[in-house]
Amino acid sequence: SCDFAPSGSFSPFRRLPLPAKRKYMRSPLSPEMATQEVPLNETLAHLKTESETLKLKLEEERAKLHDVELHQVAEKVEGLGQFVMKTRRTLKGHGNKVLCMDWCKDKRRIVSSSQDGKVIVWDAFTTNKEHAVTMPCTWVMACAYAPSGCAVACGGLDNKCSVYPLSLDKNENLAAKKKSVAMHTNYLSACSFTNSDMQILTSSGDGTCALWDVESGQLLQSFHGHAADVLCLDLAPSETGNTFVSGGCDKKANVWDMRSGQCIQSFETHESDINSVRYYPSGDAFASGSDDATCRLYDLRADREVAIYSKESIIFGVSSVDFSLSGRLLFGGYNDYTINVWDVLKGTRVSILFGHENRVSTLRVSPDGTAFCTGSWDHTLRVWILMC
Amino acid sequence: MTSNSSLSNMRRLVEQLKLEASVERIKISQAAAELQQYCLQNASKDALLVGVPTGSNPFREPRSCKEIKRIFDLLQRKKTWT
Repeated sequence: SCDFAPSGSFSPFRRLPLPAKRKYMRSPLSPEMATQEVPLNETLAHLKTESETLKLKLEEERAKLHDVELHQVAEKVEGLGQFVMKTRRTLKGHGNKVLCMDWCKDKRRIVSSSQDGKVIVWDAFTTNKEHAVTMPCTWVMACAYAPSGCAVACGGLDNKCSVYPLSLDKNENLAAKKKSVAMHTNYLSACSFTNSDMQILTSSGDGTCALWDVESGQLLQSFHGHAADVLCLDLAPSETGNTFVSGGCDKKANVWDMRSGQCIQSFETHESDINSVRYYPSGDAFASGSDDATCRLYDLRADREVAIYSKESIIFGVSSVDFSLSGRLLFGGYNDYTINVWDVLKGTRVSILFGHENRVSTLRVSPDGTAFCTGSWDHTLRVWILMC
Repeated sequence: MTSNSSLSNMRRLVEQLKLEASVERIKISQAAAELQQYCLQNASKDALLVGVPTGSNPFREPRSCKEIKRIFDLLQRKKTWT
């Protein structure tokens, strides 16, 4: 078992570096290819040179604007004092590792999914379980609450994303109303409803992301560009337009235009798999958490990494990240069972939280920012607040 | 046809890089200033940063308080009957 591995993949199905042919991605043949070997090789070499030149140019352009560090700009900002955050609710009921969770917009309900195939909807105030569904597969790695609060989506090793309408009748069998929406050719790693209950965005071990119509199950747009499993995604805050960010085993974070399917920006500074990505509340930046034990901040308008949140003493991977409401704090759930709280502007750690008895696998701040919830391989979820 | 797919992949990569190179960028000093401004403007509403008035955070009240209250109420009622 890999419980104590400092970095690298934990799951048996997580692909190790793919062969150069990018196994899970389609490469359609172009009709003009029926020419001789020699001209093809020349064109290939020419294109390789061009791509190398473009990459260098991209780095040069980014470097020109690197006039200062974020923490230098933030030197005059008042430092944050002592932070005491405590668990105020512990949700017990999963029989195995909790893999994912999401908040309902009502700020009190939570959906969570686990390795044993169970998806549970909780009232976090009372800790009561309101609904429970058993999926036909294990490792339910993704779950999400619909904006209306009337449905949840989930999926994992079944390669699908299914939507379950939540009934007011607690005795009703939720599984009966299940709707299969997304179909990938490998595991589902993350899912999110867009602004309405009508569309779902998914990411998969097949290297792609996709946008689906919930009602018809139709594929609306697919997003190709990652060279390996895509592990996470996050939608831009609605005010900032139709984009989303994804992170993958290729160490890249890609920003996508949802309408065109185009990758508009790409960042490759992490040294290992990116397990989690989350937009800064203003939509102008996003944070990532990786198996390389660091969290990083990328500014979209400067088009580069602007901060790294790391310490020599932190050697275990980050599974999940989220911002507090103002964006000043970045919470990271780690594989060493802890939560590290970072001052986003100054780059320093302001708190380390203990409590879970195994890896923290998922972390989300509540919709109004009053609390955050963590899920863990210790089978529990915890809701934390600031004590003051 | 390995060389064919390599060629079309390379062409796609070059097009993608050209697109990424054409992105308009601002200086980090400006980007950082705006990130900072957003933080400071919204700090007072951030319950995990500065806390909220007692009573307005529903998670603040421990779950067990409700149980104790309920038992207390039951005991009070029992007292009045006897």
